[in-house]
Amino acid sequence: MIAFVVSRLLQSIVVMLTVAFIAFALFTFVGDPILIMLGQDYTQAQYDALKEALGLDKPFHVQFYKFIGNALQGQFGISYRLARPVNQLILERLPATLELTAMAAMLALLVGLPMGVYTGLRRDAWLSRIFLVVSLIGVSLPTFLIGILLILTFAVQLGILPSFGRGDVVKLGNWSTGFLTLSGIKALVLPAVTLSLFQLTLIMRLVRSEMLEVLRTDYIKFARARGLSNRAVNFGHALKNTLVPVITITGLQIGGLIAFAIVTETVFQWPGMGLLFIQSVNNADVPVMAAYLLLVGFFFVVINLIVDLLYYVVDPRLRVDRSVAGH
Amino acid sequence: MTTSSSGTLRRFFDSDIFHSFRQNPVVMIAALVTVICVGGAIFAPWIAPHNPFNLKELDLNDAFTPPSWQAEGQPKFLLGTDDQGRDILSTIMHGARVSLLVGFCAVLFAMSVGVTLGLLSGYVGGALGSVLMRVADVQLSFPSILVALLIDGVARTALPRDLHSEIALYVVIFAIGIANWPQFARTVRGSTLVERNKEYVQAARVIGLHPILIMLRHVLPNVLGPVLVIATLSLGLAIITEATLSFLGVGVPPTQPSLGTLIRVGNDFLFSGEWWMTIFPGGALITLVLAVNLLGDWLRDALNPKLR
Repeated sequence: MIAFVVSRLLQSIVVMLTVAFIAFALFTFVGDPILIMLGQDYTQAQYDALKEALGLDKPFHVQFYKFIGNALQGQFGISYRLARPVNQLILERLPATLELTAMAAMLALLVGLPMGVYTGLRRDAWLSRIFLVVSLIGVSLPTFLIGILLILTFAVQLGILPSFGRGDVVKLGNWSTGFLTLSGIKALVLPAVTLSLFQLTLIMRLVRSEMLEVLRTDYIKFARARGLSNRAVNFGHALKNTLVPVITITGLQIGGLIAFAIVTETVFQWPGMGLLFIQSVNNADVPVMAAYLLLVGFFFVVINLIVDLLYYVVDPRLRVDRSVAGH
Repeated sequence: MTTSSSGTLRRFFDSDIFHSFRQNPVVMIAALVTVICVGGAIFAPWIAPHNPFNLKELDLNDAFTPPSWQAEGQPKFLLGTDDQGRDILSTIMHGARVSLLVGFCAVLFAMSVGVTLGLLSGYVGGALGSVLMRVADVQLSFPSILVALLIDGVARTALPRDLHSEIALYVVIFAIGIANWPQFARTVRGSTLVERNKEYVQAARVIGLHPILIMLRHVLPNVLGPVLVIATLSLGLAIITEATLSFLGVGVPPTQPSLGTLIRVGNDFLFSGEWWMTIFPGGALITLVLAVNLLGDWLRDALNPKLR
């Protein structure tokens, strides 16, 4: 167990260092910060003095070390585009993205799980067939197109839901939340549905195939032979045993949600980190890009680590396999 | 020559795959739709009703013409026109050309990188093999669209503006290709590990054939089946990824609009009522991807003897 945890931790650190290196390389090789700070008129002496003051004359590895030190303290410099500290910008945008992602994840689970169970139990019901066809279309539809179609239907044609922004937000300390106002909740509906749809179909298909697999096993037949009620068999025995892969995939999909939030936020002009990132890419705003890169890399590494460890804890078979493979 | 090729043809028509193709009407329709889409895209410069990129043919008075069946529509613009008076049907055909080109090249690139590294990692093995697979594992834990977006964004920032707009198409192909290689590598490695220990490979080794020749001539043909399936399924994904990148404004250059670019442009006019500028390119994208995905699903089932 300890060996496994240590090797996973080491791997996470290597990944984080790689991401940090890419972010740092972006900083170093794209544009010259000294030129940006000095403007048009400067002497060579001023240039050299500023270079020394910023530590840019030091060797590469010393600069990289300093970059990591700063990043660990949350210092990412100043945005070229907005002329404000990057960590402030990100902290402002973080709540919007996290609320959207959390809402989408909940929606995907609360709708996808029952749909999967239903299609698994009632394979031939007409409703199951409809669910499956819809899920195939859901997988083939790009996220941004789903968003556009929803906007066209509910904002343009019916005019009952807003199509952009977060509505009114309430400040709770540093956290701005849209959950407490009606317009905030209304504004959340379309983006959350858009973001959740792909994950929803994925969870539904996964639960369905796992249910079909488990329902074929001997212990389910045995449970029926014992005369247990359908409900006890389906939910107490079958569903329980499908949950391990569901937990894993759902955990990993939270990372996917953060990635697709970039797209959703652009469609709905949702003021989160994804929109900030796209705007920085379009304006070559390197400090913001680097910070976003590091933050997303960090999210992914932590999520993967937790899922790996959870998997290891939940499924005892894995421990035997891994230790055999490892030695 | 002729007898052997007609023999191959007959073998194909007698094969299980062709049989399962004929049994399945959905797949036949999907194949037909794919052929129509690909044909329309390839021959767009010759069969499209207008040339949307010839400025002489454009007339701003034609801008925002609705589809021809609506009251203000014109028969010469079947699906209406966009903000610059370009015929939507023609821009869709030219856009599908760009989308398919990027999709095909990206999958081809991902396939060559993935198959090469997978063969190496499976056949040579050792430290190189495990390092390659670790890298693939780590990359697989990030969604491919995020990887493509990051590569494209970094390239956009790092390259000088003029140079970038010139090679933007290749950058997108590279980004999507790199984002999709691990799947190919893992599959090929898996099958190579199995093939490596079979007698024909051992025999080739005993003869003293060079390892590279063994990999290319003997192992490679026997691991290509699953690669084809993944390639078909990746094509749909690559087209969606390209459309998404272009929709975000970081994909192909505006001078070569793909379906994603068309949707982005149309999206700006969604609220002023010109829905046809978004819906028709979007419909074309969905149709194309759905057809390709159905073909991929069918190919996977048809080539997998376990399911028969």
